Amino acid sequence: MATVSFTIFRGNSPDTGAFETYSTETDEGMVVLDAVHKIQAEQANDLSVRWNCKAGKCGSCSAEINGMPKLMCMTRLSDLPLDKPVLLQPMKAFPLIKDLVTNVSWNFDVKKKIKKFKPRPPDNTDGTWRIAQEDVDRVQEFRKCIECFLCQDVCHVLREHRMHDQFIGPRFLVYSAALEMHPLDTEDRLPDLKNSEGIGLCNITKCCTAVCPEEIHITDNAIIPLKERVVDRFYDPWHWFLRLFKKS
Amino acid sequence: MHTPDANVSHSIPRFGQTARRDAWWVSPIVTFICLSAFVIYTTWAAFQGEYYHHGSYLSPLYSPEIFGDSPHSLFGPKPGWWPGWLPFSPALLILWAPGLFRLTCYYYRGAYYKAFFLDPVSCSVSESKKRYTGERAFPLILQNIHRYFLFIALGFWLFLLQDVWQALWFTDPATGEKTFGIGVGTLVLAINVVLLGGYAFGCHSLRHVIGGMLDHLSGSPVRFRAYKCVTCFNQRHMIWAWCSLFSVGFADIYVRMCAMGIWTDWKILL
Repeated sequence: MATVSFTIFRGNSPDTGAFETYSTETDEGMVVLDAVHKIQAEQANDLSVRWNCKAGKCGSCSAEINGMPKLMCMTRLSDLPLDKPVLLQPMKAFPLIKDLVTNVSWNFDVKKKIKKFKPRPPDNTDGTWRIAQEDVDRVQEFRKCIECFLCQDVCHVLREHRMHDQFIGPRFLVYSAALEMHPLDTEDRLPDLKNSEGIGLCNITKCCTAVCPEEIHITDNAIIPLKERVVDRFYDPWHWFLRLFKKS
Repeated sequence: MHTPDANVSHSIPRFGQTARRDAWWVSPIVTFICLSAFVIYTTWAAFQGEYYHHGSYLSPLYSPEIFGDSPHSLFGPKPGWWPGWLPFSPALLILWAPGLFRLTCYYYRGAYYKAFFLDPVSCSVSESKKRYTGERAFPLILQNIHRYFLFIALGFWLFLLQDVWQALWFTDPATGEKTFGIGVGTLVLAINVVLLGGYAFGCHSLRHVIGGMLDHLSGSPVRFRAYKCVTCFNQRHMIWAWCSLFSVGFADIYVRMCAMGIWTDWKILL
């Protein structure tokens, strides 16, 4: 048993809210979410925190722990420096609801605007398709996403520049990559990616990759391949020439 | 027990302000120092125009030597049409290509946006700039032509490979006869070519061109295998990028020191 201090943001507005420090007894193996629940049970019954699975699979308990976006349920206290109070804040890229809870509904609105999966006609008379394993292997990685939105929170285009109206963020570039690279999909999302979804705003800082709890290689395997496809379509003069040739 | 804490701010308004407690500033500072040192050194070395070859060795900063006074020159000495007011060095004719290849490289872009443009200086650290256009507007929109510099860089890599072959043959000053051998310089140039190959063959644009652009990789088995190979290099792209950067600089220093007579090129096998 050790006493650990936590400095937690309290309030429903970044302007009027304040930090409060709580000390609580901790056991070996505890994660940050365990400690927050203990504080909630023993000292601050009105402390708001969103959580569900406590297993790193639902993506609900996203917050900023000592300044870095992390899942509270996957952050062990033994991995944190405990000489100072552990600092807990809500995600900064989204509107605050209360304490550690933010309104992430913007993400769901963005997802609705992305062109849906549009498969080619079925290969077989029973309405099924045949897909080679190597063709789907690449997009399987993207399906690991648990929509915790930590990548959206750390992305400086959203977090610092607040360009939510021009940029869909890393999460939805991964989603677009999963659709765009799918061997059955026939939809064309490249004009949207370049224009309304703002892929050109990403400047490849790889912060999204660094915070992903599912260790998806967001930048290398999703964003850069999509950027290259956008280059093919809109910036590469050789591809312009080839398209002219094909048309004629 | 809980107490209000007035010492912690929720809003992060100023540049560099963050709640992070790790040494986030180390990476951008190291990147800034290393890239600055490399650019300063290569610029200085490129303008020297001498001590860039030693026997069968040719500095990678001067290869391919299109025009120049060394025996490695492809088309002879400095051309007569070269403007007198313009300083001449064989490196100035070619160094723009690998330079722009690295400048537009996806890895280096992320690194120097942080270290030089502080945009952002590190993840979850507040920025100085308020206006942001990313790579959508001039001049950064030009980063999209990275693939063309890749193609040129791959051509240059073949010349460097040939330089390693030439570095395996040493001329006897007495007889003029060429004999096979391996010197420390041969190893330096060979390691440099391996590291540059690892960097160039792991390029994100190459990964796209070689197979990443396809949704049905299974339909092109050769391209699929090539894609997997490039992906393998690409997974360590940052490591290859830094190692090849240092090896290019060191290879030039090695050839320069030998040419100046400061270092002796020890022969391992002759």
